[in-house]
Amino acid sequence: MSSGWRSYLPRLEELARSQGLDWFPVEFEAVPDSFMMEIAVYGLPVRMPHWSFGARYIYQLVQRHMGHSRLFEVVFPGNPGHAYLAASNGLPENILVTAHVLGHADFSKNNLLFRRCQEQISDHIVEHAASHARQIERAIEAHGIQAVEQVLDAALSLEQYIDMDQSVRRQRFPEFLVTAPPAVDDTFRGRFSALDASAAELFQPRQRRAPIPPHPERDLLWFIAQYAPELESWERDIFLAVREESFYFYPVFATQIMNEGWASYWHARLLREASFVPQAAYLDAIKCHSDVVRPIAAGAQVALSVNPYHLGFTIWEQIVADAGLDAARRIMSEDDDFSFVRNHLTRELAAKMGLFRFERQGDGQIKVVEDDIAALHENLMLGKYNFGAPRITVSGLRNDGTLELQHASDIDGRGLDVERARKVLEYVQRVWRRPVVLQTLDSAGQSTELSASAAAA
Amino acid sequence: MARSLEGDATTSTATGAALPFINGWYDLFSRGSRDWLRHSDKVREAVREHLPRIIAGSDIINHGTRTVRVPMRVLEHYHFALAPPERPQGVGQGKARPGDVLGQAGPQPGTGAQGGGGTERGGVDLVLEFKVDDIIDWLWEELRLPNLQARVGPTEQSDWMREGLDRHGARSRLDRRRSFKEAIKRRAQGAGPQGFSNEDLRFRQLTRRRQPATRAVVLLLMDVSGSMSERDRQLAKTFFFWVVAGLRRVYRHLDTVFVAHTTEAWEFSEAQFFQVTGTGGTVASAGFAKVREIVDLRFNPASCNVYLFYASDGDNASDDGAAARSALAAIAQDASYSGYVEIGSGAARSSATEVTRVFQELAAAGHPCGNYPIADTADVWAAVRHFFSAAAPAPATASAPGAEP
Repeated sequence: MSSGWRSYLPRLEELARSQGLDWFPVEFEAVPDSFMMEIAVYGLPVRMPHWSFGARYIYQLVQRHMGHSRLFEVVFPGNPGHAYLAASNGLPENILVTAHVLGHADFSKNNLLFRRCQEQISDHIVEHAASHARQIERAIEAHGIQAVEQVLDAALSLEQYIDMDQSVRRQRFPEFLVTAPPAVDDTFRGRFSALDASAAELFQPRQRRAPIPPHPERDLLWFIAQYAPELESWERDIFLAVREESFYFYPVFATQIMNEGWASYWHARLLREASFVPQAAYLDAIKCHSDVVRPIAAGAQVALSVNPYHLGFTIWEQIVADAGLDAARRIMSEDDDFSFVRNHLTRELAAKMGLFRFERQGDGQIKVVEDDIAALHENLMLGKYNFGAPRITVSGLRNDGTLELQHASDIDGRGLDVERARKVLEYVQRVWRRPVVLQTLDSAGQSTELSASAAAA
Repeated sequence: MARSLEGDATTSTATGAALPFINGWYDLFSRGSRDWLRHSDKVREAVREHLPRIIAGSDIINHGTRTVRVPMRVLEHYHFALAPPERPQGVGQGKARPGDVLGQAGPQPGTGAQGGGGTERGGVDLVLEFKVDDIIDWLWEELRLPNLQARVGPTEQSDWMREGLDRHGARSRLDRRRSFKEAIKRRAQGAGPQGFSNEDLRFRQLTRRRQPATRAVVLLLMDVSGSMSERDRQLAKTFFFWVVAGLRRVYRHLDTVFVAHTTEAWEFSEAQFFQVTGTGGTVASAGFAKVREIVDLRFNPASCNVYLFYASDGDNASDDGAAARSALAAIAQDASYSGYVEIGSGAARSSATEVTRVFQELAAAGHPCGNYPIADTADVWAAVRHFFSAAAPAPATASAPGAEP
């Protein structure tokens, strides 16, 4: 591996600082490709063990052999941040990647979603995840792989079900309804209660138990951890560990277009202004840059997906050209992908990029339907709402302990994949240890109740 | 160049590796591989439950390998997902105008990236390899073989038996439990912590002992006449293969005899038996007579348990009925058990075939007999289960025709 890039690091950092970038220090490390792939699969350099990661790992391995993907770098926010570079990168690639990493580091220090996440979890998410991994390995030693896997099967299959608007360390619902004591403004009550202390108690309202949950609850991981009837404390800890990691993953997920676009914008800009990079390395680096941010459909081709690097990069270039760098920095610190795309992917820009909405017809043919900007926004965001998962909430808790889930099929527009939903309910039931039911629509659009109970399992 | 050397130095100090060729812990350990192994274990557990189906379809017998290859799909970790949309849609890019039809495209509907850790479902198929010996172990765990009753005859056999312990011996016969005990005992006597010493080691000893011989012979008789199609023969051979493999696993002194018949009967070696094909008519009595002849010549039923398994399509020559009945009866009176698998072509027969009836009559007469129809590969394991599950062979009345689920 070529590590000459390290000598460029101080000068690149100086250049970035002079351009207004502001980031926590980043520790760089060059790692073998196999480890890069593991980071991509697990989402974190050290994460809890689970067989599903193994399945994805092999899938990635096959993909790589087929030459579909190649990873240059992965960055983790924090103070200090961690950047892993693929050991197979050449010098030009590493110069580019270093600049790219600085863009990400700037983003993750200043973007609101990332800031909130780091305030809540601390800015050591990588270390937290490693300690979760250790915690789960200890649980495996103490309780056996089967028992731990059962909990992880459920927790990881619900990993998208968190409520970002709540705190990571969220309290249980109040157990009793708060009722204001009756005002003692009328004279009769005042005088009556003054007669005798025991008479006054008659006017104290009885404490009434609050319904659980008081409102449809989105945070399934938290709800199960708090309210599962027979959950062991180590099982609860696993649920909360998965939940904490999801709080980290959400900003990464919800700002992907912005974040990658921002980093790509900055690696291009820094490289353009880095007079100290030798000519040959500069050319190779720019070539590499254009590979990263080019549309999937280059030239005369038509592609049925949009490269998020390309999309983000194009929008940022437009913003900086139109409104200047200060405005761009403000947008970067305040927006997420939803507002970013809706506000800044303009009709003109979409036309310039050649975006269109397509539909697959009944006969399998792809038809270009429209290029209306509102429809494009909606479709680009389609897979991103609610952490990319169907909207499912806890709607109630029955007296026998049955957990009631409700799928908002009216918002999602259609029902759930019933077979998969049933499997997830089985996972959940094994942890909840009481029946679990889920209200959704079946394939014919009729309301249906799926259920899982111990007898069926 | 100097710069790059400098860079190398900082890399290795940053990771703090003492060894020049190891840059980090990730060179020594792969989480992905560890979790993949766990995934494979889970697949194996899942496969174990479907073994009977898998073994019946496999072609281990012909290939003579000691492993079975089973194609599998990667297990899916399920997440909630929306039902597939009626008309998948997405955003594309390129030179296209509304109204254009782009023709058949790839399988990627392109509805945006999946979340967080990623939930992409790969169409990766894998092929798992199972050792035949392992499969036999799994399969026969749930079954009980007919306990060979010791028929004490004039013959005796000598065999190695475990007896006693000694301080010297082969490493493979080290008795860890006893060695530990010795170490603990010595430690309790002595003062201070002490490690193992050679004095503590105990090795199991073997001696040769003579004991009354328990002999058993399994005779496998197969109809290879022209009416048995290639598929029928394959079913019969699969059945025999698992029977022999299972019996050998339990009984070390087991004689096997392989006989095939058309209108005549021949004895074969095991290897030839699994390759044999024939043409011509079917005279079951010829086969039975050959079996009887072999038993009389080589195995004394007084000192040897005799088991017979016969596989045929049930189409016996019409003039052979009485001969077959008497020939079989001659064997059944001495045999510990006689089993018959009828290889059908799938369509259920309206009435029992000639050969089935013969076996049923013998069973009714109090001889230990049974029969079972095999119509499909899935039935092979059911047949093995029928003959070897705990209850079946012991009472002589076991002859429920095809009632097995």
